Amino acid sequence: MTPQSDALLELSGIGKRFGGLAALSDVSLHIRRGEIYGLIGPNGAGKTTLFNIITGLYQPDEGGFTFGGAAYAHCKPHLLAHAGIARTFQNIRLFANMTALENVMVGRHVRTRTGIWGALTRNAAARAEERAIVQRARELLRQAGIDRPHQTLAKHLSYGEQRRLEIARALATEPKLLALDEPAAGMNATETESLKALLQTIRASGITVLLIEHDVKLILGLCDRVAVLDYGKKIAEGLPDDVRRNPAVIAAYLGGEAA
Amino acid sequence: MMNKKQKPMIQEMIFGNPSSRKAWFVFAALAVALLLLPFATEALLGRGWVRIVDFALLYIMLALGLNIVVGYAGLLDLGYIAFFAVGAYCYALLGSPQFGLHLPFWVVLPLGALLACAFGVLLGAPTLRLRGDYLAIVTLGFGEIIRIFLNNLNAPVNITNGPQGINMIDPIRIGGFSLSGTHELFGITFSPVHLYYYLFLCVTLLVIFVSLRLEDSRIGRAWMAIREDEVAASAMGINTRDIKLLAFAMGATFGGAAGGLFAGFQGFISPESFGLTESVMVVCMVVLGGMGNIGGVVLGGALLVLLPEALRNGAGPAQQALFGKTLIDPESLRMLMFGLALVLVMLWRPAGLWPSTQRRRELSPDAEVAHQEQESVYDAAK
Amino acid sequence: METLLQQIINGLVQGSVYALVALGYTMVYGILGLINFAHGEVVMVGAMVALSAIMLLINSGLPPLLVLLAGMIVAATACMALGYAIERVAYRPLRNAPRLAPLITAIGVSIVLQNLAMIIWGREYHAFPQLLPNSPHMLAGAVINEVQIIIVLAALAVMAGLLVLVHRTRLGRAMRAVAENPAAAALMGVDINAVISVTFMTGSALAALAGIMVSANYGIVHYYMGAILGLKAFTAAVLGGIGNLRGAMLGGVLLGLIESLGAGYIGDLSGGFFGSHYQDVFAFFVLIAVLIFRPSGLLGERVAERA
Ligand SMILES: Nc1ncnc2c1ncn2[C@@H]1O[C@H](COP(=O)(O)OP(=O)(O)O)[C@@H](O)[C@H]1O
Ligand SMILES: [Mg+2]
Repeated sequence: MTPQSDALLELSGIGKRFGGLAALSDVSLHIRRGEIYGLIGPNGAGKTTLFNIITGLYQPDEGGFTFGGAAYAHCKPHLLAHAGIARTFQNIRLFANMTALENVMVGRHVRTRTGIWGALTRNAAARAEERAIVQRARELLRQAGIDRPHQTLAKHLSYGEQRRLEIARALATEPKLLALDEPAAGMNATETESLKALLQTIRASGITVLLIEHDVKLILGLCDRVAVLDYGKKIAEGLPDDVRRNPAVIAAYLGGEAA
Repeated sequence: MMNKKQKPMIQEMIFGNPSSRKAWFVFAALAVALLLLPFATEALLGRGWVRIVDFALLYIMLALGLNIVVGYAGLLDLGYIAFFAVGAYCYALLGSPQFGLHLPFWVVLPLGALLACAFGVLLGAPTLRLRGDYLAIVTLGFGEIIRIFLNNLNAPVNITNGPQGINMIDPIRIGGFSLSGTHELFGITFSPVHLYYYLFLCVTLLVIFVSLRLEDSRIGRAWMAIREDEVAASAMGINTRDIKLLAFAMGATFGGAAGGLFAGFQGFISPESFGLTESVMVVCMVVLGGMGNIGGVVLGGALLVLLPEALRNGAGPAQQALFGKTLIDPESLRMLMFGLALVLVMLWRPAGLWPSTQRRRELSPDAEVAHQEQESVYDAAK
Repeated sequence: METLLQQIINGLVQGSVYALVALGYTMVYGILGLINFAHGEVVMVGAMVALSAIMLLINSGLPPLLVLLAGMIVAATACMALGYAIERVAYRPLRNAPRLAPLITAIGVSIVLQNLAMIIWGREYHAFPQLLPNSPHMLAGAVINEVQIIIVLAALAVMAGLLVLVHRTRLGRAMRAVAENPAAAALMGVDINAVISVTFMTGSALAALAGIMVSANYGIVHYYMGAILGLKAFTAAVLGGIGNLRGAMLGGVLLGLIESLGAGYIGDLSGGFFGSHYQDVFAFFVLIAVLIFRPSGLLGERVAERA
C-alpha cells in the first residue's frame, strides 16, 4: 500500500510546559492518510502528552494542528472525537463497571442520535438505531478477538482483552485516525502477534494509525514512517530502518532497545 | 432475536415478559401485593402506617430522581432536596389561600417540575465542570441558599410566609374527585391515605419506567461512561457538559414533581422539611440501597423511611418493657440506632445492599462463571 | 449600626475558629481524598467534654486558667481518641470501597455522635463558664474582648505550629509523602496507617481547641453546635482549596470576614430588602462564585487531570 501524499494530521510547532518542565517543544509532524505512523522515544519523552493534545485533553501552549485540513487546536475532546480522532490510553481507561459490549456501545455515541424522547418511547427509529449499535458493537468485539461473553464487566477481562477492548471502543467512533498509546505493553508474544494482525486489518479498512510503542519489532514490522521524541523534541523522522540507524536515536536510547 | 437477549431482566420482572410464565406469575403477585398493601398495612399496623408508606413512596421517588444524578452520572449532589422544595412551594403558592390562587393540580404540578428543572440547569450550567467533591459542596450551598430564602422571604414582601410555612394547600383533585376526601368505591371505603397511596404508586412506577428506559439507552450509557471515567468518556466523543446537565435537569424535574405531590398530600409545608438533613437522607437512600440499580434504590428509600419509624415505635415501649421506665429519650435512641445501622450496613456491604454490578452479574450468569474461571486461573498461577 | 472595624474584628474571631476546623477537613482530605463529614461533631464533642471537665474542677480551688488548661487537655485527648476511633471503625475498612461508601459511614457516625451527645448532655443549652478575663477594650469605636484577642492569637500560634509540624519534621514529611502518593510512600517504608491515624488525631485536637474557642466566645454549648460549624468550616476549606493547609487558613478567615461583613452590609446593599438572615446565603454565593472562576479554590493547585 502506497501512502497517499495528502496529510490527515499536521502538527506545527507544538509546545507544552508543566511548571518548569517542557514536556514538548516545537514538535511538528505530518501524518498522511492511510499510513501507520510510529511515535517512539524513551519514557517521559512527551509521547502521551502529544496524544493528549491531539485529542483535546490538554491545550498546547504553543503551536497548533490541523486535522483533515481544518484547524483544531484548543478544541474540546468530544469535538475532536467527532472530527474523527479516536484513541486508547497507556494506562487502560475502560468503563470498568460496564460490560464489554456496553463499552463498545458507548463508542457509538458520537455517531448516533437517540435522545431522551427516543429512549423513553422506544419508537421505530430509536429501536432501529439501538439494534444497529448492538450489531456494530458485536462485530467490533469479534474483530478485536474478544471471545468472552459480551456481558462480562470490563474489569473482569484479562489484561490483553482490556487492551483490545479499548481498541474496539475507539473503532466504534468511526475514526479517521486511530491513536494507540502503547497497545502492546504487557502483552506476551502471541498476543502481540494478534495485535499486529488486528492493526493491519484496521489499516486495510482505510483508517490511519498513529502508534506509540516500545516494542521495536512491532514498530519495524508495522510502521510506514516513524518519528522519535526525546525530552519533548523531535530528534528524528523517516523510514523505520533509517531511523533505527540514526546516531541521535541510538544515543537517546543509549544503544539499548533501538539498536 | 439477538436484541431480545439484551433487555435487562428486572424490566421483564416488572413489566412482564410474555415468553416467560414464571415472570408473569411474579409480575401478577407483585401487582396484587402492591394493590393490597395499604389495606394490609392498615389492618396489621393501623392507619398511621399507611401514611408512613405514602411518605416512603415520596422518598422513593426522590431517591430515584437523585439516582439519575448520583447513581447513573456519578455526580454527588448534596442539595437535592432544594428541587423538592421548589416543586412543593410552587404547588403551595399557586394552590392555597396564600395568594388566593387555586390553580388546578395538573397545571401546578408540571409547572413545579419545570421550575425545578430550570433551577437545576441554572445551578448546573456554571458548576458541573467542578470535580467531584467541589460539586458536592456547591450543591450543598445551593440547597442551603434555597432553604434560607424560603425561611426569610416573608419580609418585606410576604411570599413564602417564612418559617411558619404555608397552610391549607389545596388537595390534589383529579376532575371533581378530591384525594383528600373519603370515597366509597366498589363497596370499599377509601380514605385519603389510600387514595394518595395509589396516586404515588402510579407516579413511582412511572419514574421507575422512565429510569429503566433511560438506563438502557444511548443517554444512560453516556451517563454511566461519565461516572466511570469522565476523561475516557469525553475522548469517546461524549459532550460531558451537556450530558451531565441533562442528568441534573432530569433529576431536578423528578424532585420537583415529588415536591408538588408532597405539598398536596400534606396540605402544609414549611422550610423545615427541606434542610440539609433531608438532602443527606436521600443520598443515603441511593448509596445504601445500591447506586445505579433501581431495585436497590427503591429498597434503600423504603428502608430509610420505614426503619426510623419502626425504631420510633419500638424505642419507647422496648425500654418500658425492659426497665419499667423510659431511661433514654426515645427520639435520640432511635436516631442513634439509625446512625449505627448506616455505619454497619455500609461496612457490611460497601457497594450498597443491592448494587448494580451485582445485578449485572445476576443478569448474565455466564459472566460470573467467566469471572470465577479467571480467578481460579490467578490462583493456579500463584 | 456597628462600625466596619467591629465587623472586621468579629469576622476575624469567627474566621480563626473556622480555620482551625477547616484544617481538620483539609488534612484528612489531602491524605485520603475523603470528606470527613463527622468532623463537625468532633468539635462539638470537644466543647462538651471540656465543659464537663471544667465543671468538675471549677470548685476545686484551682486557678481558673489552670482549670481551663486542664479542660483543654482532657478535651483534646478525648477528641484524639475519638478521631482515631472514627478512622479505624468507619473509614479504614472502606479504603478500597466505592467512593461514596465512606461518606455514608461518616454521616452515620455524625448522627451517632450527635444523638449520643444529646443523651449524655441533654437537649438544653449549657452556659460555658467564663474563665478568661473578659473585659472589653475600646478600639477606635469598636469593642474587642480579651477572650477574642486570645482566640485569634491562639489560633495563629496553633496554625504556625501545624505548618512547622508538616513542613519541618519527619512526621510532616511522611504526611506529605502519603498525601502525594501512598503507594510510593509505603515503598519508601512509611507506615501509612500510622500516618493516617496521626493525621486524624491532629485534626481532632484542633477541633477540640476550636470547640472550646467558640464556646468561650459565645458562652454557650449545645449538642447541635457541631453540625453548622462543620458545614461552614468545610465550606472554608473548599473556598481556600481543599487539601491545602494555607488554603484552609485563608478560607477560614475569609469566610469569617465575608459572613460578618455580609451580615452587616447586606441590608444597605439591597436597600433593606435582605436582612442579616441572609448572611449564610452570602457566604455560599461567594463560595459558588469563587469556584466558578477558580475551580480548585483560592490556593488549590489546578490539577490538570492526568490522561
Ligand atoms: N498533567 C501533568 N502534570 C505534570 N507533568 C506532566 C503531566 N503530564 C505529563 N507530565 C510530564 O511530562 C513529561 C512527558 O510525559 P509523557 O508525555 O507521559 O511521556 P511519555 O508518554 O513519552 O512516556 C513527563 O516528565 C511527565 O512527568
Ligand atoms: Mg506515555
